[in-house]
Amino acid sequence: MEIKWYIGLALALFCIGIVGVLTRRNAIIIFMCVELMLNAVNLLLVAFSKMHAATDAGRAMPSMVSDAQIFVFFIMVVAAAEVSVGLAIIVMLYRNTHSTDINFLNRLKN
Amino acid sequence: MGITQILFWFLTVLALASAIVVVTAKSPVYSILALIVTFFSISGHYILMNAQFLAIVNIIVYAGAIMVLFLFVVMLMNLNAASEPSKNRILQFIGLISGGCLFLVILAAFMRSDLANSMVQMNEGNAGLIKNLGKALFNDYVIPFEISSVLFLSAMIGAVLIGKKE
Repeated sequence: MEIKWYIGLALALFCIGIVGVLTRRNAIIIFMCVELMLNAVNLLLVAFSKMHAATDAGRAMPSMVSDAQIFVFFIMVVAAAEVSVGLAIIVMLYRNTHSTDINFLNRLKN
Repeated sequence: MGITQILFWFLTVLALASAIVVVTAKSPVYSILALIVTFFSISGHYILMNAQFLAIVNIIVYAGAIMVLFLFVVMLMNLNAASEPSKNRILQFIGLISGGCLFLVILAAFMRSDLANSMVQMNEGNAGLIKNLGKALFNDYVIPFEISSVLFLSAMIGAVLIGKKE
């Protein structure tokens, strides 16, 4: 497959995530849309690493390809740590306001 | 059109359709289930590109751990009948338009680059296998690997401290 189809797919997933963050008011769904955007970026990184694997430089130096995939692995590690803290914050928000609507967060300014 | 292309388009349509369900579903439980389908189809894309380690890690970490955590929190809060009170149609329309504009602009910019038609290596190449990635991870990247364990410890302490009743 050409790289352009992977660019189109990852970009479409990323923009669906952006539209979800901008239009939904539920904090959990906004958080899931952020996860969707992270996964779109991961997919594009892997696709670019496999694109470089097909070139002469990639064949001569295979560590270039595995470096990109280890980078994706560390993105997943950081995302897992982020989810645990983020869900704890959402549970805390629900415990204080009995809702996960982010409009209630405007009382943070007082 | 070979089997690889058919699988690619099937997984692409599945990922995009379930991603749209994630954004548009009324109930949070349905959007979590749709997000699990999206993650499985992205794992299928990894397998098509012979990045098997990332495919397995994606299924275990995202579909296995993170989404179960989401589902657990939603079930705990009993949000099934949660209604979104302030439905501002104009803001939703503006969000849709701006997301679509970003999509079109970046897509046009990438399509005009001369890299757009270079081929992606499918079904071959052993850089993504567990053996090679494990060697790279524990030789060249052992310091970041250990530092990420400290990150997990601090995330765990933070989650316990935030979630604790004072």
